Amino acid sequence: MSDTTAHEEPELIQLLTPEGELTGHPDYPLDISAEEIRALYRDLVLVRRVDSEAVSLQRQGELGLWASLLGQEAAQIGSGRALGERDMAFPSYREHGVAWCRGIAPKELLGMFRGVTNGGWDPHEHGFHLYTIVIGSQALHATGYAMGVQRDGAVGEDGTAVISYFGDGATSQGDTNEAFNFASVNNAPVVFFCQNNQWAISESTERQSRVPIYKRAAGFGFPGVRVDGNDVLACLAVTRAALNNAREGNGPTLVEAFTYRMGAHTTNDDPSRYRASAELDEWKAKDPILRVRRYLENNGLADDAFFASVDTEAEAIGEQVRTECRALPDPEPLDIFHEVYAEPNVQIDRQRSEFAEYLASFEGVGAEGGR
Amino acid sequence: MGTNLTIGKAINAGLRASMEHDPKVLVMGEDVGKLGGVFRVTDGLYKDFGADRVIDTPLAESGIVGTAIGMAMRGYRPVVEIQFDGFFFPAANQTFTQLAKMRRRSAGKLSMPIVMRIPYGGGIGAVEHHSESPEAYFTHTAGLRVVTVANPEDAYWMIQQAIRSDDPVIFLEPKRRYYEKAEVDTAAPIEEATPMGAARVARHGTDATLLAYGPMVKTALQAAEADTDHSIEVVDLRSLSPVDYPTIVESVKRTGRLVIAHEAPLSGGPGGEIAARVTEECFYHLESPVIRVAAFDTPYPQSRLEEHYLPDLDRVLDGVDRAFAY
Repeated sequence: MSDTTAHEEPELIQLLTPEGELTGHPDYPLDISAEEIRALYRDLVLVRRVDSEAVSLQRQGELGLWASLLGQEAAQIGSGRALGERDMAFPSYREHGVAWCRGIAPKELLGMFRGVTNGGWDPHEHGFHLYTIVIGSQALHATGYAMGVQRDGAVGEDGTAVISYFGDGATSQGDTNEAFNFASVNNAPVVFFCQNNQWAISESTERQSRVPIYKRAAGFGFPGVRVDGNDVLACLAVTRAALNNAREGNGPTLVEAFTYRMGAHTTNDDPSRYRASAELDEWKAKDPILRVRRYLENNGLADDAFFASVDTEAEAIGEQVRTECRALPDPEPLDIFHEVYAEPNVQIDRQRSEFAEYLASFEGVGAEGGR
Repeated sequence: MGTNLTIGKAINAGLRASMEHDPKVLVMGEDVGKLGGVFRVTDGLYKDFGADRVIDTPLAESGIVGTAIGMAMRGYRPVVEIQFDGFFFPAANQTFTQLAKMRRRSAGKLSMPIVMRIPYGGGIGAVEHHSESPEAYFTHTAGLRVVTVANPEDAYWMIQQAIRSDDPVIFLEPKRRYYEKAEVDTAAPIEEATPMGAARVARHGTDATLLAYGPMVKTALQAAEADTDHSIEVVDLRSLSPVDYPTIVESVKRTGRLVIAHEAPLSGGPGGEIAARVTEECFYHLESPVIRVAAFDTPYPQSRLEEHYLPDLDRVLDGVDRAFAY
């Protein structure tokens, strides 16, 4: 089988090198102040801190599970900060950095992984849909939402763009490919933001795609671009351009953020079973936070006091996350019957009252019901 | 003589025995290769049988089942793993419109000897779509056989029987019981194993029959032990489609009462169908209506509530009490 495409070295859009040199890119001019770059640095450090705290909380039994974003901070903060207030994001389940940008409090995310809620935040209030577990489903939701935006005539500079997040594994799903096609034929204002973190649990990207993922867009009839997913400035510039393009009625773009899952798939996973540690070392040299720090330091745009203040803030957030997580109340048993239907439902009502009666039968027998 | 095995390890050993017995048996699914599956049920098979027989598939359930159908047409016997119950649904079209109907559609010219292994049920503190009990969708679909296991012995033999079956078999694995251990005589001939379609009396009793399957069998046995006022017979259903009615009816005619427990939601669950049939066949023997103890007709709740959602020992005993209240 001829396979020339897979062997070409694809262009990687990069604005900031791992060494911290700001090279820029002719196709993606980025007008950004030192203050804004410092703000991005702060975002990166704080979401990493929230994430590491969540991993610890899972280890301590406070969370049932956690899907770490370690290594993917730049892809999420860069794209998340590119979003406008009216834009709508459809995440997978690892987008804690995007959630941060959309004003979702970390405790909301923790609640889901602790098992006290299945989501719960208001997607409309934040322009951030609920986490979606079944891989790729949300790509179609984003596309449908974008088709609604089109029908509302919410186009132009003040219009709404939609972004769908998913991983390299999801590009194998029918839903994702159907979303590409629906978006294309409808010219829908949606950006497909694929974080290619190289691993779908134990399966490398080679098991998912024979061609670089961004190149698939061409077959569906819209542009695809590969961006250095560990370069927050490149992710910001490329996503902003794609969102603006969508907003102005020019249809979808596939952005492949080339990054790396530095941690496990989730806290239940042990990556040492399927990948070499040398690979992790290679990616550590491309760390998304380190390069921003180097840039700020090398150019005298931030002093020690700034870095120290961010670290202090990070520690405070870690503490806050810990405290808030432990304080999350367990739901009441009858919560099971809430929000199943919009309208009264006799079947649910009957089961709720039977269960309430059953629970009441244990009163006075002790909390464990005599077990 | 036997080997001490967990349910998970027994399925692994059964898969291995099947692959050694028949070179046409293949394993395919997400992470089943080098990782050995997220529950390690396919552990070691990739190393010993290679990538041609243990296939790490792209992350696409419809693709997994659809290509397994093609491989079956080509003479293979694919054992596909769907990583979690809630991930089955993308494969629903291939399963319901194609896999289940191929024999009938081809007037018997095509067989679909495919086994779909699905870890199912709750109780592991997981996030959404990792704890569901979708068995009723399968039992409602003609053309599929549906079985589940409750102990290592059945796990070891039934996976092999399922693989040898020329019908598509949905093989439901009770994930919260994967680590339950028992002795299994792996050297016994497969012909001596209880047939996959048979129900089994797991505990003899005289006052009521408690019917359960998969993860609930252990709970049912505990309930039977706990009820010192009555002699409770426990029947492990094992096959959800077809149902072994003779075994159930024989038991109920002796005991006069039937309580059915399952993790699947109450309405439209397997218990309703069995209750209707038993009522028809045992009407004059019944001392009470058939009682069902099941999960509620709500979405599977966040994990902090699952102990309330899943029928536990107390809920099963409450069901038994309701039967004796008549």
